[in-house]
Amino acid sequence: MVRTKCDIGSIRFILYALMLLFSQKLTAQTKVDPGDISGNFQMDAQYYREDTLIGAPDFPENVGSNSFLNLLYTRNKFQAGIRYEAYLPVQQGFLRTTGSGLPYRYAKWTDTKFELTAGTFYEQFGSGMVLRSYEEWGLGFDNSIDGFRGKVRPYEGVELTGLVGRQRNAFSNRVENLSAGLIRGFDANWNINETFDSLNIKTRIRIGGSFVSRYQKDEDPIQNYPENVAAMAARVNLNRKGFNLFVEVAKKINDPSTVNNIIYKDGSGVLVQGSYARKGLGISVQAKRIDNMDFRSDRTATFNNLNLNFLPPQTKQHTYRLATLFPYATQPLGEWAGQVEVAYKIKKGTRLGGKYGTSLTFNWSRIHGLDKVPNLNMPSEGYDADFFGISEKPFFQDINLEIYHKFSKHFKATLSFLYFNYDEVLFKQLTGFQTTEDVTAHVQILDMSYKVKKKQTLRMELQHAYTQQEFGSWAMALIEYSIAPRYFIAIFDEYNYGNEDEDLRLHYFSGTAGVNYKTYRFQLGYGRQRAGVLCVGGVCRIVPASNGVILSVVGSF
Amino acid sequence: MKSIYAFLFTVLCLNIVVFGQTDRELPNVMVKNLEGENIETGTFDNEGGPIIISFWATWCKPCILELRAIAEEYEDWQEETGVKLIAISIDDTRNAHKVAPFVSGKDWDYEVYIDENGDFKRALNVGNVPHTFVLNADKQIVWQHNSYSPGDEEELYEVVRAVAEGVEIERNDEQE
Repeated sequence: MVRTKCDIGSIRFILYALMLLFSQKLTAQTKVDPGDISGNFQMDAQYYREDTLIGAPDFPENVGSNSFLNLLYTRNKFQAGIRYEAYLPVQQGFLRTTGSGLPYRYAKWTDTKFELTAGTFYEQFGSGMVLRSYEEWGLGFDNSIDGFRGKVRPYEGVELTGLVGRQRNAFSNRVENLSAGLIRGFDANWNINETFDSLNIKTRIRIGGSFVSRYQKDEDPIQNYPENVAAMAARVNLNRKGFNLFVEVAKKINDPSTVNNIIYKDGSGVLVQGSYARKGLGISVQAKRIDNMDFRSDRTATFNNLNLNFLPPQTKQHTYRLATLFPYATQPLGEWAGQVEVAYKIKKGTRLGGKYGTSLTFNWSRIHGLDKVPNLNMPSEGYDADFFGISEKPFFQDINLEIYHKFSKHFKATLSFLYFNYDEVLFKQLTGFQTTEDVTAHVQILDMSYKVKKKQTLRMELQHAYTQQEFGSWAMALIEYSIAPRYFIAIFDEYNYGNEDEDLRLHYFSGTAGVNYKTYRFQLGYGRQRAGVLCVGGVCRIVPASNGVILSVVGSF
Repeated sequence: MKSIYAFLFTVLCLNIVVFGQTDRELPNVMVKNLEGENIETGTFDNEGGPIIISFWATWCKPCILELRAIAEEYEDWQEETGVKLIAISIDDTRNAHKVAPFVSGKDWDYEVYIDENGDFKRALNVGNVPHTFVLNADKQIVWQHNSYSPGDEEELYEVVRAVAEGVEIERNDEQE
């Protein structure tokens, strides 16, 4: 890489000279702060080979690539940023069109009492049940808002946010293709302890409220769509001595859409999250009820497109490969969900703790549908659902335990046991796989790492998934060798040994090697990738089967 | 107008400025502490000692490997260099309320904040987690690293030690 050292002195001189030319007022200035430029980029490219056995289709261009470059300019209270994105052509499995553009550009001014943003921004009100815009590069998800946002902090502890704009369309790389609906939002946050600092209230109390409205012209010749749709939420958070309680309720009025089958019924959401934390122990418990709460900036939008809100799933986010065979995503049209998670560390020096201690994490999630009864008197309302009524069968259940233990300075291991069960219909919908009955699965994972030398480590994963439904059981092994801080190489094989169809008892073998150089990372892989679901953050996308070479380059400066 | 000219010119000589820049100051944005209160990142402090800022998430396996590896050495590191580790969780609403019990359950002694809206992450150009920074006594970023492989913490600690001793360390985007 060619690198030119910049002589700050000479830049200053040229800047100074330029400004003398353009403005006489500035001659009094003695020192010029040129500001600061930084950024990051990523390029993911894949060479595709047709592989009829695993269902990887022919890719006419042979190579697909998704890339972006972020540039950020900061100078005192001023900040400006742009992002260039290129999909040439778009990689398989992304809901996005081929092309390139500058879908992200903004300017921001931040002062102690206020902040103004013009252009593209990300925002979240409360837990996100009425508004959340965010991005996940790996999923091709970006629902940023393009418009104007102001934040004011008039008193200690009070923050008010107002925004107006249109939302980015996930299919498009251009800022011109924004949502048909116009979004207006307002949020207030009040930290009572900060305002009444002198009262010294022991419990930390925060309250907040949000209001979001969407305007979309009704041009439908038959349906009578409401042009203005409103959603609102109120929340409270209490915190005392390691205990935390968060409650938020949300409501949406009058929003017939493609996703909810054009019903006029109001939507609602309730989220309760409690937790307790002290040294060596953490417990979190949460419950959520969602009813007809799909909310988008365009009433005709579907898939992961133009989502205006976010309904957090009450399930553990698994990252081990075979555990990701069994994903879950919130059902915005109706669900009752509960989750308990306990993390505990057995102290070092005890019999079970050994020399370094043992960590345990237990998680239980259970999700039911609502007990919906068709509303025959008013079919446009769709259905009635009792607040506490739940479906007979659970949609989904996940019970898992993870044990981590460090045996010696050189050897540590993590052992996990997972149990899943699914309603048949939900399984098909969430994974894209076929089944004729409800699904149950048992997964076991052993992850061991051995320190060979000071900076060299050998890591091995053994995974097994036992399931009786159609694609059958899987086994997987992974070996990774790393030489810190620069190199790593990994090979792994997933084997679908239990597939009902003997011809499909295939090995999915692949290898990856990577180099870290300064703040850059290059990664090259080759092999078969099974079709499946990739989840990051709250959203999941179905990744098609593929066979070929994968290159990834990441850097920041 | 001054800032516009400066901006245009800086963009023109981007290549030069980027690679010749002096140590960056830590940007000042709002994050949340584990009680859910807004905290300005400009208030991060370690009384002149080195600071490690580590971006992570409860669902990120390598992040947990890294924070766990450091946790096992952390007492020694603190004793020898006075270093403070600030862990910035990028978890969203799905997991944000689990961060406090997660950290306690692992018995990690870090200062933890949540960057739920990704403002701090974007201000520091963090793409993927884990992403780790080291700050010197003047709270300038002197070193950064993306991703984690077992053993990376050894290099991190070498940097921390150099910073603690006041050794002028070569920025890792300049050294060969």
